[in-house]
Amino acid sequence: MAKSKEPKKYLVGIYDHEEKVVEAVKKVQKEGVKVEEVYSPHPIHHIDTYIGHPRTRIPIAAFMFGATGTILAITMITFMMKIDWPMIIGGKNPLYPPTMVPVTFEATVLICALGMVATFLITNNMGPGKVEFMFDRRTTDDKYALVVDLDKNTKSVEEIRQILIKYGAETTPPPRIVEKS
Amino acid sequence: MQVTSAIREPLVTGGKTMHDITEDICKRVEEAPSKSWLMAFGVSVLLFVVGGLALAHTWWYGIGVWGLNKTVGWAWDITNFVWWVGIGHAGTLISAILLLFRQKWRTSINRAAEAMTIFAVICAGTFILMHMGRTWLAHWALPLPNTYGSLWVNFHSPLVWDVFAISTYLTVSTVFWYVGLIPDLGTIRDRFVRTLEENPLLPTDTPEERKAKLKKRRPIAAFIYRLLSFGWEGGSKTWARYEYVALILAGLSTPLVLSVHTIVSFDFATSVIPGWHTTIFPPYFVAGAIFSGFAMVLTLMLVTRVVYKLEDYITMEHIELMNKIVMLTGSIVGVAYITEFFIAWYSGVEAESYAFINRAFGPYWWAYWAMMSCNVISPQLFWFKSIRTNLVWTFVLSIVVNVGMWFERFVIIVTSLHRDYLPSSWTYFVPTIYDVGDYVFSFGLFFVCFFLFAKYLPVINMAEVKTVLNSVSEEAREKAFAKLKAGAETLKATPVYDKGNQV
Repeated sequence: MAKSKEPKKYLVGIYDHEEKVVEAVKKVQKEGVKVEEVYSPHPIHHIDTYIGHPRTRIPIAAFMFGATGTILAITMITFMMKIDWPMIIGGKNPLYPPTMVPVTFEATVLICALGMVATFLITNNMGPGKVEFMFDRRTTDDKYALVVDLDKNTKSVEEIRQILIKYGAETTPPPRIVEKS
Repeated sequence: MQVTSAIREPLVTGGKTMHDITEDICKRVEEAPSKSWLMAFGVSVLLFVVGGLALAHTWWYGIGVWGLNKTVGWAWDITNFVWWVGIGHAGTLISAILLLFRQKWRTSINRAAEAMTIFAVICAGTFILMHMGRTWLAHWALPLPNTYGSLWVNFHSPLVWDVFAISTYLTVSTVFWYVGLIPDLGTIRDRFVRTLEENPLLPTDTPEERKAKLKKRRPIAAFIYRLLSFGWEGGSKTWARYEYVALILAGLSTPLVLSVHTIVSFDFATSVIPGWHTTIFPPYFVAGAIFSGFAMVLTLMLVTRVVYKLEDYITMEHIELMNKIVMLTGSIVGVAYITEFFIAWYSGVEAESYAFINRAFGPYWWAYWAMMSCNVISPQLFWFKSIRTNLVWTFVLSIVVNVGMWFERFVIIVTSLHRDYLPSSWTYFVPTIYDVGDYVFSFGLFFVCFFLFAKYLPVINMAEVKTVLNSVSEEAREKAFAKLKAGAETLKATPVYDKGNQV
């Protein structure tokens, strides 16, 4: 029988202001604590780069999907208007380029938007009915949670807790351990 | 690099905190429907049902029940289609173009405007289906394999471009709107889940305690909003991707929104009918669409603001800025009307000149002058600050503008058609009760959708408004003035993005 996976332990510090959590991320890491993630009720510019997350490749995916849309539309119009059933309307070339522009443009935008959003959902492991794991449910309201993965840090829990408090984490209650299986 | 001035007019007033924003917006979703909401929703359902009867009659007997005749083969249906599509332009404009221009004032109004866009485009779609007559064959407009040849759609036709444009616009607008909704749905979900966690049903509970807990617990709502929120957690990695997605969708939607009404205008401009065959149509239609869309946003937001007490979020600053856009686009439309007249005369084409003289002084003169006074004259009143900052004036003028924009489409379509080349074919179009009834149906559909949205989804984008709190708020403004008082000669702008910004 396979051994059940041990739950991972995280230390979660709660902050009440955007500026505090941004400062905390920078300074806590200078003190040698690896920050796993920050959860916030709104986007905070750059915080992902301060944590050290790699740059997202969503724009590359968007470009690829857009290019796919363009190629599909041109192929579709060429096949339908020229190869399968050539239609000469008003004496015009069946593949008169200006008339191909609107449909090609719309198909590019459509495939790009749908593909990019699908990529966004897949990379974030999101989808209809997906059950979330919230370290603190107040992070969708007015609090910020700085999460430290205890397995990735060599300092003791108490040391990390004191560092988080030193840089503005709430003390009532103090940063607490959350298990995630 | 982008900088934010600390001394701008605050976009959120009333000294709101982030928690206040959550409370103010979420409590509308959590509360039982109010009497005013029930009444408004009831009226919308009534319009929907009454209009639905007219629509059922139209579908049963065919479009012969409309007032169309041999000469005027397109009238109310296409007028209503273009009118609704036009209204559906403001949402994406506010969300996409104003996002690219980093106009933070859009944050309070973008959610409702985007919802309005989607519902307006759905209403426009119903008229496409209606005017096909045989609605059950609507799929023939799509390039689907078939047994007739195979006979494909004609990609040279602007009507086919329209099918692609409208369906793409509806899909992309819906996706844009829903992606923006996910974080706020997560907020509502967490509030419902917290009430479950804080009120656990225990075997030791007394009957009274159990009753009180059951009253607070909303397990079905928690389940539904969990389903809708897609497992949103709000980590920095997710937010970074979310912002990229929003930015790219904005970049895609900007040319899209311009292309949609351009293609709608091609339905007319690529024909050879005097009055339609003009190259000015694309920019003129786009400006008119933004004009009517903003007017509809104003109408709806002014009502929502009062009913939901959102005065701290939709401030006079927002209303004034929207009024300025209405004034600008109204002026562009006015210049387009005059240009059309000039070119009709300057072209030297007799039929073209006649079409325009007939518009202004022919049998439909009343529609033309209604259009001119509503669209060209009335928005000019917004030059006066006292008018553009007056709620009653704004509300009245926003409705006047949309009346004018309906007449604009009616004038373009019907007056260009009703006098054919042969005087023996000259007719006068009069709508029947079914033309009117189908239009009433679209209003019912629109308001049913809008009221459901306003009740069960957050009408204001909470996550984005929270970002505004730290830069353009009363707090930031007070800090800036305190610095000035303390002796600072100039205020240093706050850099929001460092060099090499990664969003």
